Amino acid sequence: MYISLSKSDHQNAPQAGRRTGLVRVSSVVVTLGIVSMLTDISSESVAAILPLYVTSALGLSTIAYGFIDGLNQGVSAIVRIGGGWVSDRADRPKWIAFAGYALSAVAKVWLLIATGFAAIIAVVTIDRLGKGIRTGPRDALITAESVPSNLGRSFGVHRMLDTIGAAVGPLLAFLILWLVPTGYTVVFVVSLAAAAVGVIILGLLVPDRRPRREREAAGRERAPFRWRSLTDPRLRRLMVVAGLLGVLTIGDGFVYLALQARTDFAAQWFPLLYVGTNVAFFLFAVPLGRLADRIGRSRVFVGGHAALLLAYGCAVVPFGGNVTTILCLLLLGAFYAATDGVLAALAGQFTPQGSTASGIAAAQTVVALSRLVASTGFGVLWFALGRGNALIIVISALVIAIGVAVMLMRPLHSSGSTAPLTRDAS
Amino acid sequence: MNPRLRLIVAGILTLLLLGGASAYGITEIAAYRARLDAPSQVRTTKTSPDTANAPRIAFRNTAAGAGYGLVSSVPIADPSGSRSVGTLPCDRVYETASRTICLRIDRGIVTTFSATLLDHSGKTLRTWGLPGFPSRTRISADSKLVAFTAFVTGAAYATVGFETVTEISSLDGTAFGNLETFTLLVDGSPLTAADRNFWGVTFTADDNVFYATAASGGLTWLVRGDLAARTLTAIRQTAECPSISPDGSHIAYKKNISTTATAFWSIAVLDLRSGVETVLPEKHNVDDQVEWLDNSMILYGLPRTDQAGDSDVWSIAISGSATPRLFIEHAWSPSVVRG
Repeated sequence: MYISLSKSDHQNAPQAGRRTGLVRVSSVVVTLGIVSMLTDISSESVAAILPLYVTSALGLSTIAYGFIDGLNQGVSAIVRIGGGWVSDRADRPKWIAFAGYALSAVAKVWLLIATGFAAIIAVVTIDRLGKGIRTGPRDALITAESVPSNLGRSFGVHRMLDTIGAAVGPLLAFLILWLVPTGYTVVFVVSLAAAAVGVIILGLLVPDRRPRREREAAGRERAPFRWRSLTDPRLRRLMVVAGLLGVLTIGDGFVYLALQARTDFAAQWFPLLYVGTNVAFFLFAVPLGRLADRIGRSRVFVGGHAALLLAYGCAVVPFGGNVTTILCLLLLGAFYAATDGVLAALAGQFTPQGSTASGIAAAQTVVALSRLVASTGFGVLWFALGRGNALIIVISALVIAIGVAVMLMRPLHSSGSTAPLTRDAS
Repeated sequence: MNPRLRLIVAGILTLLLLGGASAYGITEIAAYRARLDAPSQVRTTKTSPDTANAPRIAFRNTAAGAGYGLVSSVPIADPSGSRSVGTLPCDRVYETASRTICLRIDRGIVTTFSATLLDHSGKTLRTWGLPGFPSRTRISADSKLVAFTAFVTGAAYATVGFETVTEISSLDGTAFGNLETFTLLVDGSPLTAADRNFWGVTFTADDNVFYATAASGGLTWLVRGDLAARTLTAIRQTAECPSISPDGSHIAYKKNISTTATAFWSIAVLDLRSGVETVLPEKHNVDDQVEWLDNSMILYGLPRTDQAGDSDVWSIAISGSATPRLFIEHAWSPSVVRG
């Protein structure tokens, strides 16, 4: 698994990957995907049963949970920038990502001994901080292990594995509680084991890439990290577009609530609607990543928001049946598949080597914060105007925003599809 | 370490960790099976027709062994006596002489949540799907109205934040819907904040009037609901999960007395005539909707710290003059069925 070829020649990196079947990306990307999958199994299995654990085993109420969750998302966004910055400064994306993954794993140890609500909240917060720290450096590693023509596919493969973990985690947790109804400790132990295996695989099997040093060794200009590296007009344009679309990306929870209010089917399966979205996400992640490499990442990124628009449409149409509910989940999954990894690929593409962790983290922070604003704002609209009207306003605004995004992104298209198509034809 | 050695070390550690976790899981499953097959740790009898209709306290049996999680009952006159164990599994239950409402986690690889209404013979009358973990439920004393609260839960992608769904239905089929569709009045003006939440309904002798909890912006209120007008009027701040006494003179609720972000609930009783609130001398953190044993005593559950999934029902006098007393061991979610 360890990349054995000359590290200075990053153009050759993907050659080390398996070239057969679905996975025509660097083996390191696959390894990082497996690490993310294990970590997501770990985090999501706990997240799924935490409300039950807090209320039924600890006998506490989840009253303050929502507020703290919002706070954590804000903190996580800031930590994310910090993680990217430290990673680029130190030129050590692997070990900064490792620190983030390790922090989340350590949080799971505490879960085994924590008993109070405050302790549980602390565990969740530390887990989120770990996630914030690792995301930028990890995506920088994926970028370093890819070439421009397969960057979208690399992120697609990574996000597919990552999302499989997010779908498997809750199911695994509920399977355990089905076998042992009071087996919270079993869930925590399995969660800890999965997180620890992820950290071990990352530590032992992922090469310690030094993107900046490699760039210097390759004879290109010296590239000490500078914030100025993030002033590439294309990156700034991307962040403006991502922020604009982000403030119109309301939380999935609102969409599920709209579906649930409309059909008994969705109400019955409410706790599983996110599993449907995740399944669609991991099915579409690789195909849409490849499409992004072929027709241009910015096109797919904006196109993903068109899928989001249709998903909102499905949630608001009055003649909603089971088919509309399932279509809505498929569209939401397609939205994530077309935007999550593709955003990282775009940001990586628009940032000089050695600054990618910060560049990607900055773009992701813009998205995270703008979505936080979107969910808060939409909550107000929801109660002030009613569900249907609020959704129609968001849909109308999103139509305009997508139009603006198409215009703003047009100059990026040429640089967006850098793929020499011959590679894909092989 | 060379790459090959790294791979071997990673493989061995992975096997050890996953093997260890699996071994622990299998041990726990075996232990759980053994506990299920073991005789109950309390004295039990099978439910018979005469125990099923007598004045009783119905509850969720949490005694380890056979009958765990099943709705059971003890005579009001002899709460610590042998319990009559039924066949209905519920996570939260409420019974009147003619109806039972059972909130349940339907476990499986795909876990869902439901509320089931049954008649006194155990026949299912209606089922509702719930969006998350069961919380509170009540039936009016005349068995005409039912209310239930569930948390809206899901994994990270589905998280909206803390949210509850509380619905009221009449047993003849009229749905009054989610309390979020009611108008909430605080200090006389409508409160429309995005983070409004409602939970813990208690019905009064007047089928148009009920009490519940409203929350927004970190505050909670005891609200008086009007089903016909579809309004909820805040009548007191910092009061959750109200429960009205059988004679309608007092409301007991949990009151957050914590000065930090982590809630700590005491039980308080409000005299509706004088407006005097008494905080009862219970030193534990009580997160339950209390039930009235009679007009002077209340019942509530406290989880056992030594065993996950086990709890006891305690009683305390509303005068505040006596300390709490253990009422029914290994029990949860009591309802007093006055026959």
